Amino acid sequence: MTSFILRRLALSVVLLFIISIISFFIVTLTPGSPYPWGELNPKISAEVKANFRKKFHLDRPLPEQYAFIMKDLFKGDLRSIKDDRPVMGKIMERLPATLALNFTAILISLSFGTLLGVYAARNAGRWQDIVCSFVAFLFIALPGFWISYLIAIILVKGFGVPILGTHSYGIAFPNHLAAYLDTIWHLLVPATILALGGIASQSRYLRATMIGTIREDYIRTARAKGLPEETVLYKHALRNSVRPLVTGIGLLLPALISGSVIIESIFAYPGMGRLGYEAVLERDYPTLVALNFVVAALVLLGNLLSDILYAAVDPRVRLE
Amino acid sequence: MLKIENLKVGFSTPEGVNPALRGVSLQLAKGESLAIVGESGSGKSVTALAITRLLQTPPAVYQGGSIFFEGQDLLKASDAELRKVRGGRIAYIFQEPSTSLNPVYTIRSQIAEMIQLHRPDVHDIDSEIIHWLDAVGIADPKSRLHDYPHQFSGGMQQRVMIAMALSARPDLLIADEPTTALDVTIQKQILDKLSQLQRDLGMAVILITHNFAIISGLARHVAVMYRGEVVEYGESRQVLREPRHPYTKALIACIPRLGDHRRRLPTIGSLQQ
Amino acid sequence: MSNDSKITPSTPTGRILRRFHADPLARISVLIIVLFALFAGGTALLSSFNLNWPFDPNITNLEQKLEPPSSHHWLGTDNLGRDVLSRMLHGSSISLTVGLIAVFVSLTIGIVVGAAAGFFGGITDQILMRSVDALLCFPTFFLILTAVALLGPSLLNIVVVIGLVSWTGTARLVRAEFLTLRETEYVKGARVLGQKSWTIITRHILPNAAAPILVTAVLGIPDAILSEAGLSFLGFGVQPPQATWGNIIADGKTYLLDAWWLIMFPGLAILIASLSFYLAGDALREAAESRN
Repeated sequence: MTSFILRRLALSVVLLFIISIISFFIVTLTPGSPYPWGELNPKISAEVKANFRKKFHLDRPLPEQYAFIMKDLFKGDLRSIKDDRPVMGKIMERLPATLALNFTAILISLSFGTLLGVYAARNAGRWQDIVCSFVAFLFIALPGFWISYLIAIILVKGFGVPILGTHSYGIAFPNHLAAYLDTIWHLLVPATILALGGIASQSRYLRATMIGTIREDYIRTARAKGLPEETVLYKHALRNSVRPLVTGIGLLLPALISGSVIIESIFAYPGMGRLGYEAVLERDYPTLVALNFVVAALVLLGNLLSDILYAAVDPRVRLE
Repeated sequence: MLKIENLKVGFSTPEGVNPALRGVSLQLAKGESLAIVGESGSGKSVTALAITRLLQTPPAVYQGGSIFFEGQDLLKASDAELRKVRGGRIAYIFQEPSTSLNPVYTIRSQIAEMIQLHRPDVHDIDSEIIHWLDAVGIADPKSRLHDYPHQFSGGMQQRVMIAMALSARPDLLIADEPTTALDVTIQKQILDKLSQLQRDLGMAVILITHNFAIISGLARHVAVMYRGEVVEYGESRQVLREPRHPYTKALIACIPRLGDHRRRLPTIGSLQQ
Repeated sequence: MSNDSKITPSTPTGRILRRFHADPLARISVLIIVLFALFAGGTALLSSFNLNWPFDPNITNLEQKLEPPSSHHWLGTDNLGRDVLSRMLHGSSISLTVGLIAVFVSLTIGIVVGAAAGFFGGITDQILMRSVDALLCFPTFFLILTAVALLGPSLLNIVVVIGLVSWTGTARLVRAEFLTLRETEYVKGARVLGQKSWTIITRHILPNAAAPILVTAVLGIPDAILSEAGLSFLGFGVQPPQATWGNIIADGKTYLLDAWWLIMFPGLAILIASLSFYLAGDALREAAESRN
C-alpha cells in the first residue's frame, strides 16, 4: 500500500507542475490588455503604465514571469490587481465554504447516483432502466443557471423561503445547533442542483459496470448461497464495481466547481466560484491564475485521495 | 429426497425459444450419489442450475415439469422459501474456482457469511471455518483465514469453495464440473476428498461431468444426457460394463485406457441421422 | 434469419438503423434534431436574404413590451417589445453553429493528439497523456469563461476556446484504438509490406475508430451548446443585438415573476435540444457496441 501511495504522489507532483504551466499560459498568453483601465486610455500616462508593468513583471521574458508568479503564489505574495490584497488570502477565505458546498454535492451525487445506477442495472433492458436513463440525461441536459434561477426566484420571491447566502438574514437563533442547521439548509439547495449532473454521470457509469459485474461467476455463487438479492447486489456486486465511482469523482470535482461559478452567484453563496466570476469581470488576472491553479491542485488532491480510497476497497489495485 | 419430473427448460433468442431440457426426469435419495454425464450442450449444467432456479430468466424459460425437494416443488416455491433451500439444504460448487469466489473479500468473510446465514446457532465462527478448511485439506488454515482468493492456487480455491459449500451442512451438494479446470494431478486429490467427505457426512452428491472416467468411486448412479434428455440411467458399475444406449457406448469408448495401442482415439460424431 | 431484406443485420449502419427503428426515444430525438437543424438553417438562410420570419428579431416596439404569448406573438415579447419566437429562431442558429464547429475543433485536436500518443508511444505518449490528465483537473466552464473573457466574446473565440478545452475524450479514445490496433496482425502486415505510417493510420486504424469517435462527437454537441448558453447568460457569449438563447434568459431574468415566458421558452429550448442530442448519441453508442 505504501509504495502505491508513493507512486501516486510522485505522479501528482508531475501533474501539478504541468497544471501550473497551463494556468500561467492561459492568462498571460491571451491577447488583450492586462490593464484594468484599457490600453488606450489617454488619462493614464506612459509612466504609470511602465510602473504597472514593472510591478507585475510584465516587462520580463515569459519563463521569468512564470517563475515570479509561482514564487509569489507560493509565498502568498501574489496580489490582486483589483484591490491589492494577497490573492491567496482571498482564496483561503472562500475555501471552507467551497469545500462544504462541494463535499455535500459529492455526497449527494454518490449516494443517489449509486441507488439509481444499481436500480437501473438490476432492471437492465426493462422500462425501469429506460426511465433511469432518461432521467439521467435529463439531469445532464438541464442548464444549471436556468434551473437555479427558476428555483431561487420561485422559492424566495414566490414563497418567501430563505435559501440565499449562508444563513437566513435577520433571524436570531436560539442556540448554536439551530444556527448550524440553518447553514446546512442553505447549503442544501445549491448543492443539490450542483449534484444533478453528478448523479446522472455516476449512475450511468455504475450501471454499465454493474451490468458486467452481475454476469460474473461469483455473483452466481452468492445467489447459490441463498443470499437475498439486495445483499448480492449491494455487498457482492457493488464492491467490485467501485472503479467508475472513483474515477467519476475525479471527473466530478472540476465539473462541480465549474457549475458553482454560476450557481454561487445566483444563490449569493460566498465560495470560490463567485470569486472567480468577479475576477473574470474585472480582468484580475493574478487572481485568475491563482484560482485556476488552486482549483486544479485541489482536484488533483481529490483524485489522489479517491485513488487511495479505491485501493483500500479493492485489494487487487495495490498490486498494479 | 430429490425428484425431478419431466423438466423442460428453454432459452429465448430473437428467433424463438431454443429447447435445452426436453423432459428430464431424475431422482435421488438421501445420502446417495449421482453423476450426470454428457458432452457440452447436453444440458447437464442447465439441469444442475435449474434445480434451485439459478438460471437467469431471461433468457432461460422454465417450460414445464416439477422439481420436488423433500416434498416441495421448487419451481413453484416463493423467493423466500427458495433462499432457505439454496445454500442451507442444497449447496453448489462450480467449474471455475478462480472466478467463483468474490475477489474483494477474504475467504473468512465469505465462508462466515454462509455460516451466519444458514446456521445462526454457531457462535464461534472462526473455529467452525478452520474446522472446514482443515476438513477439505488446506494446510495451516488458521494463518490463511484473512487471505484473499487470488492468493490461493486453483486447487486450493476449489477446496475453499467446497469448504464454503459444506459449512452450511447441506443435504445435497451439486458439483458442476468441479475439476475440469484443474490439473489432472489435482483432479484426483479433489475427487478423492469429495468422496471421503460424502461418506463422512452422509451427504447426497450430484456430480456433473463430461468425463466418464471419473465417476466410478464417487457416484453410485449415473445418468447419461444427450441433447436435453436422459438417454440412460442406472448404477454406474452396471452402465459401465453393459451400456445399452449407443451414445453411452460411444462415450465409454472414448475413455483413454493405459495399454491401449490404437493409433487414433475415438470421438463421438453426431448421432443425428 | 431476419425478415428485413432491406436492412442487413451485421453492418454498422444496419445495426444503427435497427436500433433506432426499435427505440421510440431515439426516433423522437432524431426528429427533434432534424427540426432543430431545419429551424436553425432555415432562419440563417432567410436572414441572409434579409427576410425574417415571423418578425425581425431586433425591431423594438416599446408599446408591445412584455406581452404574454398570443396569436400575434406566439411566444410573447420581451422587455423591449421584440418578438421572442423570432429571437429564439435566430438564437437556434447560433447554438447549432457553436455546437457543430466547436465539436469539429475538438475532434481535430483530439484525433491528432491521440494518434500521436498512440502511434509513437514512449515519451511522446507519456507527455501527452499527462497533459491530458492535468487539463482534466481544470474546471471546464470556468476555463472557458476565463479565456473568452480575456480574448473577447466573439463567435470565433467561443468555438475555438470550447474546442480547445473539450478534446481530451477524443484523444484518449483515439489513443486507445491506436494502442490496440497497432499490435494487430493486419497493421503488422501492412508495415511488413512497407506501407508508410501515414497510410497505415488513415487506411487501417482510423476507420476502426470511426464509430466511437462519431459517438463522442454527437455527445459533444450538447456540451458545447450548454457552455455557449452559460456564456451568453453571463454576458460573455455572442454579443447583443444578436439573439442567443442564453441572452434572452439573461434579459428576462429580472422579470421572471411577471413575464415567465422569457425564461421558460429559451430554457426549455436549450433543455430539449441538449436532451435530444444526448439521447441520440446514447442510442448510437449502444448500437455501435452491440453485436446485432
